Amino acid sequence: MDPNAKLPETQEGTVLFNLDPIILKHHWEVDYLHSYAQDSPFFAGLSEKKLLGSKCTACSCVYATPRAHCMECGSPTEWHELPPEGRIHTFTTCFFGGEAFLAETPFTLILVEFEGADTLFLSRLAGVPEEEIRIGLPVRARFLRNSKFKPTDVYFVAMDGAQND
Amino acid sequence: MTRPVYLIAGGITKFAKAHPEMDFRLMCKQAFDYALADVPALTLDMIDGSSVSYFSDHFTRQLMAGIMVHDYLGLCPKPSRRIEGGGATGGLNIQNGYQEIASGRMDCCVVVGFETMSHVNTWKGNEFIALASDTNFDFPVGGFYSGYYAMMVQRHMHEFGTTCEQMAHVSIKNHRNATFNPYAQFPAQLSVEEVRAAQMVATPLTMLDICTMSDGAACLIVASEEVAEKVCENPVLITGIGTGTDAMRLADRPHSDVVLLPHESGADYENLRYPGVHSFRGGRLASKLAYEAAGIGDPREALDFVELHDAYTSSEIQTYEDMGLCRYGEGGPYAVSGRTFMPGLDYGLKLPEASQVPVNPSGGLLACGHPVGASGIMQGVFAFWQLQRTIEKHLGRAELQLAHPKRGAIHSHAGTGTYISVSILERP
Ligand SMILES: [Zn+2]
Repeated sequence: MDPNAKLPETQEGTVLFNLDPIILKHHWEVDYLHSYAQDSPFFAGLSEKKLLGSKCTACSCVYATPRAHCMECGSPTEWHELPPEGRIHTFTTCFFGGEAFLAETPFTLILVEFEGADTLFLSRLAGVPEEEIRIGLPVRARFLRNSKFKPTDVYFVAMDGAQND
Repeated sequence: MTRPVYLIAGGITKFAKAHPEMDFRLMCKQAFDYALADVPALTLDMIDGSSVSYFSDHFTRQLMAGIMVHDYLGLCPKPSRRIEGGGATGGLNIQNGYQEIASGRMDCCVVVGFETMSHVNTWKGNEFIALASDTNFDFPVGGFYSGYYAMMVQRHMHEFGTTCEQMAHVSIKNHRNATFNPYAQFPAQLSVEEVRAAQMVATPLTMLDICTMSDGAACLIVASEEVAEKVCENPVLITGIGTGTDAMRLADRPHSDVVLLPHESGADYENLRYPGVHSFRGGRLASKLAYEAAGIGDPREALDFVELHDAYTSSEIQTYEDMGLCRYGEGGPYAVSGRTFMPGLDYGLKLPEASQVPVNPSGGLLACGHPVGASGIMQGVFAFWQLQRTIEKHLGRAELQLAHPKRGAIHSHAGTGTYISVSILERP
C-alpha cells in the first residue's frame, strides 16, 4: 500500500462560464449509426432519380411518403413510383432553423401533393422567388447528382424551370 | 367504476429564460413546496406517489431525471413514473395523475413537470425539438417546428381565408393577459403592427407569433374525495379527460370525415376535406372524449374559460376549431370577435363582441413561456386557481380572476398534432 499515491494530473482544464453558481461548458458529439431499415429502398431510389411512395396491398391507399405498413388497415404496402410532377400543397420560407440548418437559411419547405396519392411529401423548393410561391403551383422533382442518401437528395423546382435544363 | 378525482393544490416557479441557480430538482421542489404550503393539513406521509414529466433527455442530459425529482421531494420508496409526450407532456401527466386516483391505486399523487431548455442556444434547442419529427423523412429536410406550423397555417389561410392580422390578435391578447401575471416570462402590450413587424421566422409567423424557450417547473396535487375533504377547503373536480393522436409526419394526413362534437352535424362540413394539415383530428377527438366524459353538450355554453396550448398564434386559432369553440373555418373571425378576450381589460383593440369564453387568461405559452414538461401543468394550475377563485391570493392581483367561473378546459398539444390531451375541470 502507498499512502502517498497520486492520480496523474492533466492539462486540459475546464471551460468555466460562471462561478456562482458554477456553470461549465461540455462539448457533446457522437458518431451514430442510423439505419433506414425498411425505408431503405426509398433512399436507394433517390440515387436512381426515382421517387418511391408506397401502396397498401389490401386497401390500395397510396402514400407519397412511404411506409412499410398501411396506417389505415395495417397491411403491408408495396413500393409505388410517384409521378415526377406534383403541386405545392402548402409552403413556408424559413429565415431561422435548427442549428444544423441555420447556414442554409432562408430555405423554402413545401408539402407536395401528387395525382393519385392520398398523402403528401415534405421537400424543399428551389429557384422560385418568395413572392411567386403559391399553393397549387406545379412543381417537378429534381435529384442531386451525387446522392447523399438523405431525403434532400430530391428537391422541387417550378414546372417552367424544366425549360432551363 | 372510477372514483372522483380532485385537484387540491398547485404551484409554479416563475418561467424564465434561464434558472442557473436552480437545477430541475430544486425547481420542482420549489413548485411542490408552494403547493404543499397551500394545504398545510397535507403531510408528506399522506402522499402515495408521484408522476413526473419532462420532454427531452437532450435538454436535461440526465436520464431518469424523473426519479431524481421524486427522490428530491422526499417520496422514495413510493411509486413514481415518468410521463413524456412531446409538447403534451404536462397535460398527459395531469391525466396520469387522474388515473392514479380514479383507479384507486393512490389517494394522493403529486403531478410535477419541468424543462430546462437554457443549456443550449436557441437554435440548438430548435434542433433538439425538431428531433421530435421523423428522422428519416422530416428532420433532415430542415427540421424546424416553426416551419411545420407555418405550413399548416398557410393552408388554413388558403382554405378558410384566415389572416395574419387575426393571428396577431391572439398574440396581443395573450401577451396583454400576461401583464397581470407575475409568473409570466414575456408580458407585453402589443399592436397588430408590432406583431407583424417583428422578425420573420417562417412565413407568415414572426417572433411574436411563436412562444419562447424557458426553464421552469409546475406542480399539481391530485387526490381522492376522502383526502380532498380532509385537507382542502375548495378543491376542484376533474370531470373528464380525453386524449387523441395523429401520425408523427405532417405529410401523413389522409382525408376523411370530420369527427363531430355533440353540438355539430355532418351537414356543417359537407365540403371540408379533413383534417388536411390545417386541422388537428387528434385535438378534435381529445375534446370529444373529454366533453362526453364531463357531460358537455355545447362547449361554447358549458365552458367559462379555456387554457390551451398556444405555442403558435396560428395553433391557438386551429385549436378553437378543434375544441368546437367555433366551427372549422371560423377560427380567424372568432379570434378577432372579442369572445376569447378577458372581460374588462383594455387590449388597445376594437372588439365587436363581448367576452364569452376567455382563452388563455394566464397569457398561455406565448407569454408565460414554454418549458415543455411544465407548460401543461402550469396551465392546469392557473385553471385550478381560476376555478378556486384564488387568483388574487396566488398572483397578488386580481385582474385575471373571472367573476363566477364554474367549468374550464385545459388543453395540451404535441408535435404536429401528434398527442393531444383535453381535461375538464369543475368547481364542485
Ligand atoms: Zn391499407
